[in-house]
Amino acid sequence: MDLERLHFDEMLLGSDGVRAPYAEYQKWFANEDPARLSKKSKEAEAFFRRTGITFNVYGQAAAQERLIPFDLIPRIIANREWTKLSKGIKQRVGAINAFLHDIYHRQEILRAGIVPTELISRNEAFLPQMIGFTPPGKVYTHIVGTDLVRTGEDDFYVLEDNARTPSGVSYMLENRETMLHMFPELFSQIKVQRVSDYPKNLRRSLAACAPKRCAGKPTVAILTPGIHNSAYFEHSFLADQMGVELVEGHDLMVVDGHIAMRTTKGYKKIDVLYRRVDDDYLDPLNFNPDSMLGVPGIMDVYRAGNITIANAPGTGIADDKAIYSYMPDIIEFYTGEKAILKNVQTWRCSEADSLAYVLDHLAELVVKEVHGSGGYGMLVGPAASKKELSSFAAKLRRNPGNYIAQPTLSLSTVPIFAKKGLAPRHVDLRPFALVSPDSINIAPGGLTRVALKAGSLVVNSSQGGGTKDTWVLED
Amino acid sequence: MLGKTAGGLYWMFRFLERCENTARLVEAGFRIALTRSNDPASEWKSVVTTAGARSHYDAKYDSYEATYVVDFLLRDPANPSSVLSAVEKARTNARMVRTALTTEVWEAVNEGWMGLKKTLKSPVKETDLPAVLGEIRRHSALVRGAMHGTMLRNDIYDFIQMGIALERADNTARIIDVKYYTLLPSASFVGSALDNVQWETILRSVSAHRSFRWLNDENMTPASVADFLILDPRFPRSLSFCSRILEESLGFLAKDYGTRLTCHDMISAQRDRLRAHTIATVFDEGLHQFITAFIDDINAIGQQIETDYRFIG
Repeated sequence: MDLERLHFDEMLLGSDGVRAPYAEYQKWFANEDPARLSKKSKEAEAFFRRTGITFNVYGQAAAQERLIPFDLIPRIIANREWTKLSKGIKQRVGAINAFLHDIYHRQEILRAGIVPTELISRNEAFLPQMIGFTPPGKVYTHIVGTDLVRTGEDDFYVLEDNARTPSGVSYMLENRETMLHMFPELFSQIKVQRVSDYPKNLRRSLAACAPKRCAGKPTVAILTPGIHNSAYFEHSFLADQMGVELVEGHDLMVVDGHIAMRTTKGYKKIDVLYRRVDDDYLDPLNFNPDSMLGVPGIMDVYRAGNITIANAPGTGIADDKAIYSYMPDIIEFYTGEKAILKNVQTWRCSEADSLAYVLDHLAELVVKEVHGSGGYGMLVGPAASKKELSSFAAKLRRNPGNYIAQPTLSLSTVPIFAKKGLAPRHVDLRPFALVSPDSINIAPGGLTRVALKAGSLVVNSSQGGGTKDTWVLED
Repeated sequence: MLGKTAGGLYWMFRFLERCENTARLVEAGFRIALTRSNDPASEWKSVVTTAGARSHYDAKYDSYEATYVVDFLLRDPANPSSVLSAVEKARTNARMVRTALTTEVWEAVNEGWMGLKKTLKSPVKETDLPAVLGEIRRHSALVRGAMHGTMLRNDIYDFIQMGIALERADNTARIIDVKYYTLLPSASFVGSALDNVQWETILRSVSAHRSFRWLNDENMTPASVADFLILDPRFPRSLSFCSRILEESLGFLAKDYGTRLTCHDMISAQRDRLRAHTIATVFDEGLHQFITAFIDDINAIGQQIETDYRFIG
């Protein structure tokens, strides 16, 4: 038996059949000439190159721009499945905002003994500058990208809550554009929910979070670290799609108590800044003094209530991997409901019992750095060599508080279009939620990342992952 | 518009214009070296000088061999004005100002960059040179065409036009400056075959040998060539034409923004000086002095534009 069949495949059933959401697609696919699809696939790549949908890889020679490989088989989600997912995400995102407000104010959840105090006080992502301050509209995480994985028909797990500056939404939008361009007939046969409203919704949602005393139409801008940043394409894409200025730190300064951008006609006030710069680099006067990417004094303008920063500084405390393990309790504490979406079982290596268990079962587990991202510095036990395991164990013993461990999940697969036909590959899903004072809006679908190497579980684009268009079907 | 964006647009189109101008210089140099000259080295030397690359070139080579010069001007990363460097800078600026460009313009820049990077990856063989130079010129022409056909006529367009006009004016002025002695009526070899070659090279390096003939019949004298390059309002690379575009674009901006700035006074004064001249008074003043003053003027105006419109903080 094919090893891959051990995993839940979202399209293919054992004997030539497909799961219900793929029924219509399968009819179309069965009549397609593989040679034509191959040609389309190459066209898609040329299209991405030509339009400059590239990302920069850190640590490689200057001016390295790479494409994220795009696979033309869509990932299809039934309406029923999506309804549950989006409900679960809304619940979780709502709880995260309540948690952040609490952590920076009365800290009820610490007093109730649900989250240990030292997890907050010793956390680098906790910003003392935010204590006692409430962001405009009480919104902390204006944009959240919740990473989900699936292991079976009804088994979805949240892997990570990206509550700082989640990226990838431009790929969600461009993948759909590419599919519409390549296979228009598919979309007239199959009713797929639209994602193209995202930029409009993003702008509206950000504007709704403008400072109270902002009169008239709020001016929104995106702050990018610059063209060498790995996600620069996305920053300029979103600015373009929203019709707002894309600014860098050196375009901005504090003028009359506001943040203003240098235009050809003089300085113009900004009301909402969607920043794609990390907390640490945001304000050299208040945080890292060496930062050239931020705006000196922006935190003071922020605390005076004259600008909205999205996401708010200090939100990183909520998507920390050590906090993650408490998320079911956090949700229950603030909403009074059980979490709709499951958490992956997590061992906190800071706890002696857990550490012992993790060291004993290292070869079966995935171990991650508490503050890591992008799939760097993580150990995939089943895929690691003896030598890698023992050197990782040493690292764990040295600094256990820096790690958490999780079981190696049997991630679902979706086929990719490979040279020899359909081949199952592991996927995850990152839907994007927009939070404004009175609503949470989730684009139907999100970004599906796919590990292109057979058997691989690492979907990160920086490590050989690709993407797929994600369809949520209409009823 | 952000000041940085204005600057990015302006430089993007300056660099694109520079690619095209360099390709033209190489083409003219190549042709004269092939067909007429018995002193190709001095011809190539003046090409390098006109391209403004003398100091960088002399730091690397000690003779003016065709292969060295062509390679240096087309693809040497050590030459900040080489076609490859300029294409790269134009594209980097385009990425920076992506939100101010139409999809057509961005894709033309990006595709041209991908193509030229490939073409100029290894040294260009002599047999391939005409095709490569053609590709370089086509790249600039495509971007410019997309720009004219799809961009709104607003401040974005004005900054682009100014970048093109300034780079062109500077280029034509430098061509004249390097060869000015061949255009002096007092030169002893007036009317000799050598003169004609020199004048033709000058005209070729601004792609004007045909248009000149259409306008001037067979009458090729130093004065008529100089008049054409400096004062002819019909020729899109003449100093007069470029300075008119500059004045026009700055005028649109002043109207659009409702503010007159220092750069507006400077261009008006420069236009007045140019208008007061005929080719005879240019020669009376001294061609060399006239051109040097023009280059200084143009550069000063360029710098004033950068200040007045806040390209840099």
